[in-house]
Amino acid sequence: MAKHATPLLDQLESGPWPSFVSDLKQEAANRAKNPNNVEFQVAQDCVEDLLGVLELSFKHGMTHWKHGGIVGVFGYGGGVIGRYCDQPEKFPGVAHFHTMRVAQPGGKYYTTEFLKKLCDLWEFRGSGVTNMHGSTGDIILIGTSTPQLEEIFYELSHNMNQDLGGSGSNLRTPADCIGSSRCEYSCYDTQAICYDLTQEYQDELHRPAFPYKFKFKFDGCPNCCVASIARADISFVGTWKDDIKIDQEAVAGYIGGEFAPNGGAHSGRDWGAFDIEKEVVGLCPTECMWMDGGKLKIDNKECTRCMHCINVMPRALHIGDDRGCSMLVGAKAPILDGAQMGSLLVPFVKVEEPYDEIKEVIEGIWDWWMEEGKNRERLGELIKRQGFQKLLEATNIKAMPQHVQEPRHNPYIFWKEEEVEGGWTRDVDAFRKDHQR
Amino acid sequence: MEYEEAKALIVEKLTKKLKTKSKFYFNDLSKILELKPRVAKKLINQLVQEGVLEYWSSGSTSMYGLPGTGKQAGAEHED
Repeated sequence: MAKHATPLLDQLESGPWPSFVSDLKQEAANRAKNPNNVEFQVAQDCVEDLLGVLELSFKHGMTHWKHGGIVGVFGYGGGVIGRYCDQPEKFPGVAHFHTMRVAQPGGKYYTTEFLKKLCDLWEFRGSGVTNMHGSTGDIILIGTSTPQLEEIFYELSHNMNQDLGGSGSNLRTPADCIGSSRCEYSCYDTQAICYDLTQEYQDELHRPAFPYKFKFKFDGCPNCCVASIARADISFVGTWKDDIKIDQEAVAGYIGGEFAPNGGAHSGRDWGAFDIEKEVVGLCPTECMWMDGGKLKIDNKECTRCMHCINVMPRALHIGDDRGCSMLVGAKAPILDGAQMGSLLVPFVKVEEPYDEIKEVIEGIWDWWMEEGKNRERLGELIKRQGFQKLLEATNIKAMPQHVQEPRHNPYIFWKEEEVEGGWTRDVDAFRKDHQR
Repeated sequence: MEYEEAKALIVEKLTKKLKTKSKFYFNDLSKILELKPRVAKKLINQLVQEGVLEYWSSGSTSMYGLPGTGKQAGAEHED
């Protein structure tokens, strides 16, 4: 028998998808039964109370969580998010129910041994409820009390070789795709740079001094599997400068039905024979492809790296060999309004250790944003407020055609007086000689 | 600016403002110190390490305050 009746939550279980309510009920039952004889360090029935307070929130149409509080373990300004319930008498198990953010491994590769250790630790010292993974990518451990925080951090850092992630006005835990470890589309080693920058910027990750949150995300190719372009303050999207490599025999194989398009991804239904004109050439957004005597031709200088043709025919088409990444800045995806995509800042940079060129851009941006950014202002908002030109000055990057969506449209690059021969002043009499009033 | 000078300045200014607010943005502190953010950060980190200041966070934004000040520490029995 559940501690609290939850008719509204029960309804959430009735849909076709797996429900977090069922998961919570399962964990509540598991804690009540305690088959492994765990000496729970937070209330055994905390998950019951969590369900109870959520039910009450649905009933009242308002939250019963208070906002914010303690933030971490000694010396860290992030990684722990204080959460307190405003109905502690009714739900004592969740009166103090803090969230811990734990840095996820690069590409989210785990060993089962690590996951078991993590779950055992969290069952012992926390609620047992996890969120794998939060939007930033971290392992989110939901619900523990203040005395457990240092204990958990010690265990994570000393015995599991694991650090807390970022929260608050910090650099957030950098996130990456699996990159070249398993993906043939990857234009650079996402995990290598993600790890390097995480180590390099430990201070920014753990000790808050930014105006607001700041996110790096690394996508190995323009498929953008971690959606960096839509949400990272600086997104690193893999790209290449030379030509897409074409294997004409494999193209013929796709046309002849020898290979399934899209790697066989849409095989659940009969879509008819593969039609290269309709499914590849006709869908190219820049119309830079055509068939010539059974051969596929690409005008590479028109290609915008949309990846569609490569995704459809991965055996026949491959990313070029001159690889690197584009850096885009200012994206954000807030819950309410104001979502913004990244703007291209660096069209192409080689991604090679020790990444000095990239770090120079990052640090130029931070210096500008830390000085000019208002409290709770994301980089994208500062760029809009002060202009893209200011960002170019801060990063010592010259304006270039790739910064402009189309000529004579919304020009944000303005001449300065010192850049113009003779400045703004001129001899009016000399001008009038050639130009009547 | 030396550490002790920064400490005295921060404690004095923050104590003065306690009647109206107990939590401060990083920018408020660097303005009090009249230093560039990167320089101010080193001193502010040291103040936190030595317990002169403490962090507060909503989860999305971080702030700084003198330890135990404000309503929350008392209300949550964590002071």
